[in-house]
This record gives sequence, C-alpha cells and structure tokens, in this order.
Amino acid sequence: MRTIIFRTIAPYLTALMILFSIFVLLRGHNEPGGGFIGGLIAASALAIYGIACGVTSVRRAIRVHPMSLAAFGLLIATLAGLPSLFFKQTFMTTQFITLHAFGTEIDLMTPMLFDLGVYFVVVGAISSIALALEERESD
Amino acid sequence: MTPVATDTTILAILAPFAAAAIAPVLTKALKHNAAWVLALVPALIFLHFTGFVGDVSHGETYGAAWQWVPTYGVNFSFFIDGLSLLFTLLISGIGTFIILYAGGYLKGHAQQGRFFSFLFLFMGAMLGVVLSDNLITLFIYWELTSITSFLLIGFDHLRAASRRAALQALVVTGGGGLALLAGVLLIIGVTGHMSLTELLADPEAIRGGDYYLPIFLLILGGAFTKSAQFPFHFWLPNAMEAPTPVSAFLHSATMVKAGVYLLMRMHPVMGDTTLWMTVLPLFGGVTLLIGTLLAMRQTDMKLMLAYTTVASLGLLVMLTGTSSEKALEGAVLYLLAHSLFKGALFMVAGTVDHEAGTRDITKLGGLRGAMPVTFAAAAMAALSMGGLPPFIGFIAKEILYEGTLGVGAGLLVTAVAVVGNGLMFAVAAAVALKPFIGQKVDTPKHAHEGPILLFAGPVALALTGLAAALFAHTTGELFIGPMLASLMGHQPEVDLHLIPAHVGMPLLLSLVTVALGIVLYLKIDTVRALMIQVLAAIGWGPDKGFDQAIKGLVGLATWVTRSVQVGWMQTYMTMVFAMTAIALLVPLFLADGLPNWPDFPEFRFFEWGILLIAVVGLGAILAAANRLTAIVSLGIQGFAVALIFMLFGAPDLSFTQFMVETLSVVILALVMTRLDLAPADHRPFGASVVSGIIAVAVGLGVMLTLMSITQQPFDTSLSDFFAQYARVIAHGRNIVNVIIVDFRGVDTLGEIAVVVLTGLCVLALIRVKTKTTSAQDEGAGEEALAKPMEVK
Amino acid sequence: METGLSVLIGLFFAVSVYLMLSRQLVRILLGIAILGNAVNLLIFTAGRLTRQVPPLIPEHLYTLVEATANPLPQALVLTAIVISFSFFAFLLVLAFRAYQELGTDDANEMRVAEPEDDPLPPQGY
Repeated sequence: MRTIIFRTIAPYLTALMILFSIFVLLRGHNEPGGGFIGGLIAASALAIYGIACGVTSVRRAIRVHPMSLAAFGLLIATLAGLPSLFFKQTFMTTQFITLHAFGTEIDLMTPMLFDLGVYFVVVGAISSIALALEERESD
Repeated sequence: MTPVATDTTILAILAPFAAAAIAPVLTKALKHNAAWVLALVPALIFLHFTGFVGDVSHGETYGAAWQWVPTYGVNFSFFIDGLSLLFTLLISGIGTFIILYAGGYLKGHAQQGRFFSFLFLFMGAMLGVVLSDNLITLFIYWELTSITSFLLIGFDHLRAASRRAALQALVVTGGGGLALLAGVLLIIGVTGHMSLTELLADPEAIRGGDYYLPIFLLILGGAFTKSAQFPFHFWLPNAMEAPTPVSAFLHSATMVKAGVYLLMRMHPVMGDTTLWMTVLPLFGGVTLLIGTLLAMRQTDMKLMLAYTTVASLGLLVMLTGTSSEKALEGAVLYLLAHSLFKGALFMVAGTVDHEAGTRDITKLGGLRGAMPVTFAAAAMAALSMGGLPPFIGFIAKEILYEGTLGVGAGLLVTAVAVVGNGLMFAVAAAVALKPFIGQKVDTPKHAHEGPILLFAGPVALALTGLAAALFAHTTGELFIGPMLASLMGHQPEVDLHLIPAHVGMPLLLSLVTVALGIVLYLKIDTVRALMIQVLAAIGWGPDKGFDQAIKGLVGLATWVTRSVQVGWMQTYMTMVFAMTAIALLVPLFLADGLPNWPDFPEFRFFEWGILLIAVVGLGAILAAANRLTAIVSLGIQGFAVALIFMLFGAPDLSFTQFMVETLSVVILALVMTRLDLAPADHRPFGASVVSGIIAVAVGLGVMLTLMSITQQPFDTSLSDFFAQYARVIAHGRNIVNVIIVDFRGVDTLGEIAVVVLTGLCVLALIRVKTKTTSAQDEGAGEEALAKPMEVK
Repeated sequence: METGLSVLIGLFFAVSVYLMLSRQLVRILLGIAILGNAVNLLIFTAGRLTRQVPPLIPEHLYTLVEATANPLPQALVLTAIVISFSFFAFLLVLAFRAYQELGTDDANEMRVAEPEDDPLPPQGY
C-alpha cells in the first residue's frame, strides 16, 4: 500500500478530508451532514493516513490517544445536557442564544455542542479501532 | 396515639435493621462483648412496647401507615392489639437474652458479627410479621423471616448437613410463603380489604364469600409449613443444625409461631366454621402425637426439644382449631408459657453442649454440682414444660383441659392432649433433669458453669415463667385477656389463679398427665427402642421424600439443560432462526395477516439497476470462493444500500452508509489478510439444504410482514410533529439531524456511549496477550500504544 | 416501490441467515454485516418511501410544505448504521482474537466455555 505517490498525497488528502468533515459537521443542523457523518469522514481520513504513513505518525499527529478523543466527546455531549438544569428544565432541553456578528445571525445552542460531542466520539472510537487493527498489521 | 409515640414505634420497628448494619463493625471492635451493647436494641424495643400494655389491656388498638406502593395500595403500616403486642414483647424480650447468649455461645467465632447481623435481620422481619397491618407487607416480612432462617440455619455453611437443612427449611417455608401470597391476594380480591384492621372490622367478608375454601387452604399452606405441622414437620428438627441461639430464638420461641400467629390473627374472620374446627384439630392433634413420639426416640437434647416444639405447635393449632373461648385462652397461655420454657431449655441444651462437649443425654449425668445455675434454670423451665405448679405451664394446662372438655369432640381432643402432655412431661424430665441428676458421668470436656452471658438468658426466661404464674391475675389481665380479645373479636372474661379455685376435671387430668409422664420417663429406653423399630418398619418419611424430590428436580434440570444447551453453536443458531421464521410466518397465516397480492413495482430504469447491483453483491458473497471476493462483494451490497438511501430522499443516511462501508471494507481487509482461511463454504449438502430452508423461511417471513405493514394506512403524526417543530423550536432545517441531536438527544447520548464502549472493548481485546505471543511483541505493542498518551 | 424493496429486504435476510448458519466465523461475520444492512433497510422501508425529496425545510419557510421523505426512520437508521458498524468491528476483532488463541475458525471446535466432556455440576447439597 505504501507507494510513493500514495504516501505523498496522503497528508494533503487527510487534511482536506478533516477540513471537509468539520464543514459537514457544522452545516449538519440545516443541510445534510452532522456529527456522525463528519466523524466517520474524519476517522476515514486518519485511517488513510495510517495506511499510508504508518500508525505511529498518526498517533504523533493527533497527540492524544484516540480513545481520549472519544471520551472527551462523550463528556461534552453529556455537558450539553446540563445547562437546562439551571433553568429548572429537564435534562437536555435545548438552550440557545442568537449572536449578531458580521451582519448575520448565528444561533448558538446546546445541540451544536452535543453534535460536536458525537463527532469526537465517532472520530475517537472508530479511528481507535482502525488504528489498532492497522498496527497489528506491522507485527 | 401521639405523633411522638408513632415516630418512636417506627424507630423501634426499624431499629433491628439498623443494628444488623452496625453489628459486624461493632463486633470487630468489641469482640464478643459487643453483645452487651447490641442487646440494648431489643431491650429498648421491649421497653417501648411495654408502654402500650396498659392501654391495650383496656381494649385500645394503635396503628399508623406510610405509603409505599400507592398504586397497588401497599403501605408500611403497623397495628398494635393484644395479639401483636404479646408477640412483640416475646420477640424483643427473648431477643434481648438471645443476643447476650449468642455473645457467649459464639465467643471467638470469626463470623460472630455476621451472626449478630442475621439475628437482627430476623428480629426486624419477625417484628414486621406480627406488627404489619398491610397484608402484602405481612407477606414480605413473612418471606424475609424464611430467608433469614435460611441464612441462620446455614450459618455453618461448610458442613453439608447445614446446607441441606437450610435449603430444606427455605424450600418448605418459602414454598408455604407462596401459598400465603396466593391466599392474601385472593383475600384482597374477594374482600377488597388490604389492611388487617379493615378485614377484622368486616368479619363475614371471607367466611361468607364463595372463596372460603381456597383461601382457607392457602392460608393453611402458609401457616402449616411455617409452624411445622404434619406432614411439613420434618424441616424443624433438621433446622437444629443451626447454632443453639438460633434454635432457641427462631425455631422454638418466635419464627415457628408465625404460623400460629397467622391462624390466630385470621381466627375472627375465618374461624368458627366446620371446616376450621375439623381440619385444624385433626392436623394439630396428629402433629402433637407424632412430635412427642418422635421426641422420645431421640437422645440428642436439641433434637428432643425440636420434636417437642413440633408437638407444642400441634397443640396450639389444635386448640386454635376448636374455636372455643376457653380452649383459645389455653392456647394463648400455652403459647406464652412455651416461648418462655422452650427458649430457656434450648439455651440450657446449648450451654451443656458448650461446657460439657456433648448433648447426648445418654452420655450426660450428674452435672448439677458443676453447673448449679444452669441446673436451676433447667429445672424451672422443665417444671413449666411438664405443667407443674407454680409455673405458667401449669396454669396453661389447667385452662386448656378445661377448654378441650367443653368442645364438640371434647373427649377425643382431651385424650390427645393428655397423652401428648404426658409424653412431653417425660421428654422434659429426660432433657432437663437427667443430665444434671444421678451419677456424675465423664464428659468430653471438663464441665463447669458457663459465663454470665450463657446463663443470663435461661435464668431470666425461667424466672419470668415463675413470675407470670405467681402474679397470674395480672398476667391474665394485661396479656392474656387482650390477646384473647383479638382472637375472639370481643372482650372476654379472663380470671387466672395459680391455685385452682375448685378441684375438678382439669386438676384430675393434670394428675393423670403427670402420672403418665413419670411412667413414660422411667420406661424411656423401652419406648425409644420401640419407636426405633416402628420407624425402621415404616422406612420412609417426608424427610427422605424431600431428598428424593430434590434429586428428581436436579435430575430433571440436568436433563433439560443438557438437551437445550448442547454446546454446538450451529444448533443454537438453527433453533434461533427456525423459531424466528415460525414467529414471523405462523401469525401471518393464522391471523390472516398476509398482504394483498402486490402491484408490480414501478421502478425506474436506474432504480432497477441499483437493486440488481445489490442482488449481485449478495449472490457474490454466497458464491465467494476466496476472501477477497467476499470482501469486495460485501462492499458492493453495502454501496448498493447507500444508493437506495440516496434514491429515497435520505442523503444523510447515504453518506453515512458510504463511509461505513468504506471503513468496513478497510478493516475487514486488515483482519482477513491475517486470518489464514479459505472462506469457501464447507457445509455438507444436507446441512446446506436445512440452512437454506430456514434462511428462505426467515426471508419470506420478513418480506411478507413488511409488505403487510406497508399496505396498512400510515400514521404520520410523529413525523409530522418533528417536521412542524424542527425549525420553530429547535432552529434547525435538517429534520433528521434535529431529531438526532435534539428531540431524541438522550437516546443518541446512549448510542454514542455504546460506540465508545465498543471502541474500548476492541482495544482491550487487542491488548490482551497470551503466552502464545512473544514477550518482545508485547513490549513493543504496549509501548506504541502508551507513547502517544504520554505526549501532551 | 415498497413491494419491490420488501422482496429485496427478504433476500438480504435470507442471505444473512444462510451465512450465519455456517460454522465458519468469517461467514458468520459476513452474515452479521448483511443483517445490519437488512434491518436498516427494513426500518427505512417500514417508514414508507418517497423519491428523492430529503426532509429539509427550505430556508425561507418554517415548516415543511411539500411531501418529503419521512425523517423519523432516517434518524433511527443513521445512529443504527454507526452502532452496527462499531459492533461489527468488535465482532471482527473478537473472531480474529479467537482464531489467534484457539487456532481455528470453526465454531464447533471452539468449546472452551462448554467442553464436550464437561462434567456435571455438583448434584447434592
């Protein structure tokens, strides 16, 4: 798999895919997309990078263990449910504020945080599986 | 009742459970001396409840309730009248001395704390049984006493005999408890009353109803098993495997009387019928005679006492069954007397065992010099048991003879009572006198008086039996009268005297009893030999039957397990899918759920193409002769599914499916390259056909069910709701995403937690290494995984 | 259209069951992968099919006006796809590890938990 061409373009491909995954994540609330799809795209990106340049370089690139990413995602997804408790509403009731910046309206709300959590969980868990399997390949 | 008194009563009912929690800790700190502290708990409970004696003797009752399961009307409640009060005082009073006794008896035992804990749990449960007003809670406490009894009998769980006895007691009393539950539910269903107070206020509700017979039988099932009536008596002697404090407390003074309590409690609403007055005296009488005869056969002090307990319970049931006021008065008196003398005698037996090293009466004798205090207590208790003045047992016997003479089949009942009491006299003499009098016999241990912890209980109980008789009038007024009132439903006249007012039949019968008892005691060896012969001739008993039943049950279970769990995965899978096919297809045909003949699907040209790709993919997987083909064909069907999602307006699904299929193929390829296998199917032809039939059946079932579903009108209200509010309240235009992260966010939270978990499991699976992989390999793998985590 | 897909889904189920009835772990795994797709399609189809109109609310509107695909089954299936994938990955690794440890991919030879000559448990007290 480690042809020179693949190894050369893989970092750029991965960077592009991760950028794309964030785009898909952010537009998810209004257009097709969202945390699950975004997360899967990012996980594939990391898997491709791993196949091309070795798992060690992927692990170096993302700095933390992918499972920590997943755990972090689960944490913020859970946190996203908590603000409503301050307003005596049930767990996970949506809270939002509308910002007016750069001439447009931006809705900031807890489901976005939740979706970000989903994204991290999917990226972390799936890439952790994929990387673990790729790693065994070199045994 | 003042609110303060209500609160204290609740505390008193809960206190044993709290004590059960702290007992192990306390015992660890104070060793056996923890008993002194722990005994305060039942002592305080006793003191609290004595506060009610005065008012209750004037016919007052107390009660309060807290809701527990309001939907079903189940609540925590208590109800104090004469019956429950006397029981409560017996439980807490005897309990106090039992705790002390257990402190001395199990001194230095590693699990003494646990033992205390179980004893307190039992005490709490038993208090619950006699105090609860709600029938369902009564049942729960009832079963809790069975469970704690199981734990206590099996306390010495390293011995098979203990385990067997514990299991037997649990099966018999727990099974009876289930009968009680059915009876209670039937009572609730028939009368609509869930509380005892309501039930007692409506005395004809059960007796007059159509379901009297089943209720009667079910309640009897509970009472007879708990109170060890023939033919369920066999568990009680076996329960003597328990440490002696347990035998003295549970299996003589309190728990086994729960059945009698139940019968007495139900007497106002169920008694006084022909059925009641036939069945109860019959079983009670048989139990009395069998119990005493079997007691004569034994030489072990505890076993003899256990069989006389069976007999005494039979006597109580017999008397309760007569429904005559005088006989019931006798029953109440005898119940009090029995709790006191039997508790004391068991503790004496335990002390003798503890100090002399054996409790076989043929190996004991002349201990009076070595153990004078214990001997005094034993003598007092034995005199009460034998029915001699000036003890409460004497008064009880006078009254019960007076009662039995007055009922329908008076002569027969009286004769049974006289013979039973005569035998009991002989046993009392054999157990309580023989070890102490006569020639000194060498015992395994050098006998000497036990510590105060051991003799406090027997002495106190025996003295109480004496005091109750000396102040007979007060006893009658404060305890016997109120309790009898609960049984009769009206305030009776109770006037007790230690010295009989006139010489009559009862006194004469007492003399006959004593004479019979003395003769039997002198001939005890002959009677014992005779009984051994008789039992050998019969050869089979319920105890043996229990073993056979358990053996049969275990055999059946083994057979079922072996035939269902064969250990072949293929068999399991075949069963699962065959059942799935049946579950899908049979209702379709039976319930006329088959779909109408469908119209030919109107697909467009490229849609047909996509369906065809999926079919080709599936076919290729089936036919794949090597793993690469299999992986690629799996990818093909997956991408076809993604395209189908795309066709029908689900772009989110489509993207997700694409990504997932890609990743699936990647990881499959990663793993498969290292699985050294030929994926070609090697099933024998026959097996293929069977699998094929099952597979087609499942597929057909799913297909027909789905067609049937889609031909029904569709309820879109849920989808409409989401469509209507997605933007208005959730500010999102992609309805699917809004559902996932907002409307059903908690659901998704659970799902991502599952994803994290599977990730962890995969990592764990990969990291677990065994001997087969080299140590060097392990180091490398761990390092590679650990390193990135350190870099922060 | 539902009819046509029903037939296809039936076929998916039949193939997956046939594969799962095999003794070889690899085939069982393939069967499970197909079963996941089959069930997802089943849920999707049971929510009725609508051609090509995704459930998106147009930018200038607040609710849907035209008929679109049913969003509810889509939301259910979306998470199901990801979960079934992670589950599949787990099973794959499990099978792989089992193969490494036991040296076989034949389910009938994997009898660590229920050995063939397993003695009976204690029958007495």
